[in-house]
Amino acid sequence: MNIRRIMRVAGIPLAAALTLTLTAIPAAAQDERALSETQAWIKGIERPDHLGYRDWVSGIQPPGEAEAPPRKTGIDAAVDLVMTPINRVLYNAVFYEVPFFGAQVKLVVAWLVIGAIFCTVYFGFINLRGFAQGLRLVRGDYSDPNDAGEVSHFQALATALSGTVGVGNIGAVPVLIVLGGPGAVFWMIVAGLLGMATKFVECTLGVKYRNENPDGSVSGGPMYALKKGLAELNKPGLGRALAMLFAVSVVFGCLGAGNMFQANQAYAQFVNVTGGGDSFFADKGWLFGLLLAVVVGVVIIGGIKSIARVTEKVVPLMAVLYVLGALIVLAVNIDKIPAAVAAIFVGAFTPGGVAGGFIGVLILGFQRAAFSNEAGLGSAAIAHSAVRTKEPVTEGLVSLLEPFIDTVVICTITALVILTTVYGDPGVAQLAGVQLTSEAMARTVAWFPTPLAFAVVLFAFSTMISWAYYGLKGWTYMFGESRNSDVVFKVIFCLFVVVGCTIPLSSVLDFSDAMIFLMCIPNILGIYFLAPIVKRELKSYFARVESGEIKNYRKLRRQKSA
Amino acid sequence: MSNNILIGVDGSDSSSRAMDFAAEMCRETGASLLVAYIIEWSPFTFNTAEENEARHQRREEELARAQAGVIDPLLAKLEKRGVEARGMVRHGKPVVALAQIAEDEHVAQIVVGRRGESHIGGLLFGSLTGGLLQVAPVPVTVVP
Repeated sequence: MNIRRIMRVAGIPLAAALTLTLTAIPAAAQDERALSETQAWIKGIERPDHLGYRDWVSGIQPPGEAEAPPRKTGIDAAVDLVMTPINRVLYNAVFYEVPFFGAQVKLVVAWLVIGAIFCTVYFGFINLRGFAQGLRLVRGDYSDPNDAGEVSHFQALATALSGTVGVGNIGAVPVLIVLGGPGAVFWMIVAGLLGMATKFVECTLGVKYRNENPDGSVSGGPMYALKKGLAELNKPGLGRALAMLFAVSVVFGCLGAGNMFQANQAYAQFVNVTGGGDSFFADKGWLFGLLLAVVVGVVIIGGIKSIARVTEKVVPLMAVLYVLGALIVLAVNIDKIPAAVAAIFVGAFTPGGVAGGFIGVLILGFQRAAFSNEAGLGSAAIAHSAVRTKEPVTEGLVSLLEPFIDTVVICTITALVILTTVYGDPGVAQLAGVQLTSEAMARTVAWFPTPLAFAVVLFAFSTMISWAYYGLKGWTYMFGESRNSDVVFKVIFCLFVVVGCTIPLSSVLDFSDAMIFLMCIPNILGIYFLAPIVKRELKSYFARVESGEIKNYRKLRRQKSA
Repeated sequence: MSNNILIGVDGSDSSSRAMDFAAEMCRETGASLLVAYIIEWSPFTFNTAEENEARHQRREEELARAQAGVIDPLLAKLEKRGVEARGMVRHGKPVVALAQIAEDEHVAQIVVGRRGESHIGGLLFGSLTGGLLQVAPVPVTVVP
């Protein structure tokens, strides 16, 4: 009865959001626009497709599957048949493109980039200016010992990072390089640096406008910022509408990028290390998905906290090991690094053979960065809101380290691994995503793919758990806190794990990208409205740090002992 | 400078022996006793989002439990013996937190019980007393 009511309520905003996006955009028939030679180094694949990378990406699924001829049988094929057209419609709707200097610019990507540039300029290059202060905050220099025991800045950052650092850092970067060439990496890094400013603003807002529940727990994120912040500006109606739009899109976003994409790539790498096309699981994506869904379900529905807790502890270790492994590969290929770096810089401005030329490369880089570090999407603001601080700005300063670690450090390392090993080798044209990174590492150390597979499954798992939380927050914003409605959401979440393992990567990426970028529309609008408030707080914060009113406890301790 | 004493307690046997010792000293000198219980906690751990969300509430519970379970009974006993005493519960690393409290509260010395671990155990996990001896700003008395 309760559930029925929920479904009824759910139907209205969901349907509204979908019809809104679908009808507002007449040109969903952009589909068959021919796109020319995207990847000069992958020979023989020059079929037209609206994305450019669809052909290449779809080569990933073992053994070599293309869009048109479905190799799958049974359950996998059935799920595929239903989901792929739905994805395509959604994708085309959200990624409406306009021509811009000969390239196709996705409006949504432009929206993110403009938002990031605005934040960078409006806050006086906070991404550079706030970096050192962010590090000091994470180190605990400004933590009052009397508040010990509350969520620390470090903990909030680590939790948000475990949702961000995921399969994308390993699997999406090779896709980027194949599509946009080495030059796209340059723009990805630029986007990562700009994204730090966006992240700063959204996380400050998340903490400032969070709800403190009577039981002492907190709920924060863009939906609360939009609702309460815009109400302060005398726009309560607009605030509620945008908050609802965000809540709807975070639910869908969590099913896409936070769920299907992760599950899909975990499955791909799992099949890869268990024998590729001969693996028992090769055409049993549904079975792998089912197993994964059970584990996820046990954690999020069954409340088996210990699994989640163990994952949270192992994942940072895996991230460090991944970076170390990648650095070993780079050390072995050190002679190729100068050429790779040169290729990144040269390619950024003179893209040979990439669709859309200079602008095309730039767009690809920005899109991947946004997908990877989530700046502008508002998801991390939900995790950062849990910190206990008197100054919302401090959490913003901490959060700006996140795109830096995620994109500027980890993604760049992956890119260098690809560029110094397999890049330009026609022999790997059949590989994509995680498998390409895996192959790149195997060239240097043969047994790397196995720990990598382990890391990928764990990354996928922890990202899924984090996103299940984000999605649940959107869900409870819409329907209120109730055990029954929570369970409905969690069951849906688990079902999408199975779907994610069953359909090809290209469809998963389409859906993920579409849903995740839907989140940035209300979020960035909110940033525009509320930026002056954040600016006031930032100014006052730095003034008080300067005057010593906000105490640097580390400095005080050192002075005392001196 | 006061002659007040800070005692770190953990509810164990050795800490109650240390308590007797400190209480006796305070009664003789008329000093007051500050009873501190440190809840082991680090700001550099990895938590799930749910754990973070509920952390504030957990913290309050932990503080209340330590206060009711350890500090309050000790304070009641001390009152009966005629010793002026205060209680305090903090989160943190015991060594660092005790040294910090000693400094903030300007006590004359710190009293702790010896946990009596084996030598190997002390090497592996580090011992409270050993650490405290290195960082304490005031003299430390270790009660066996």
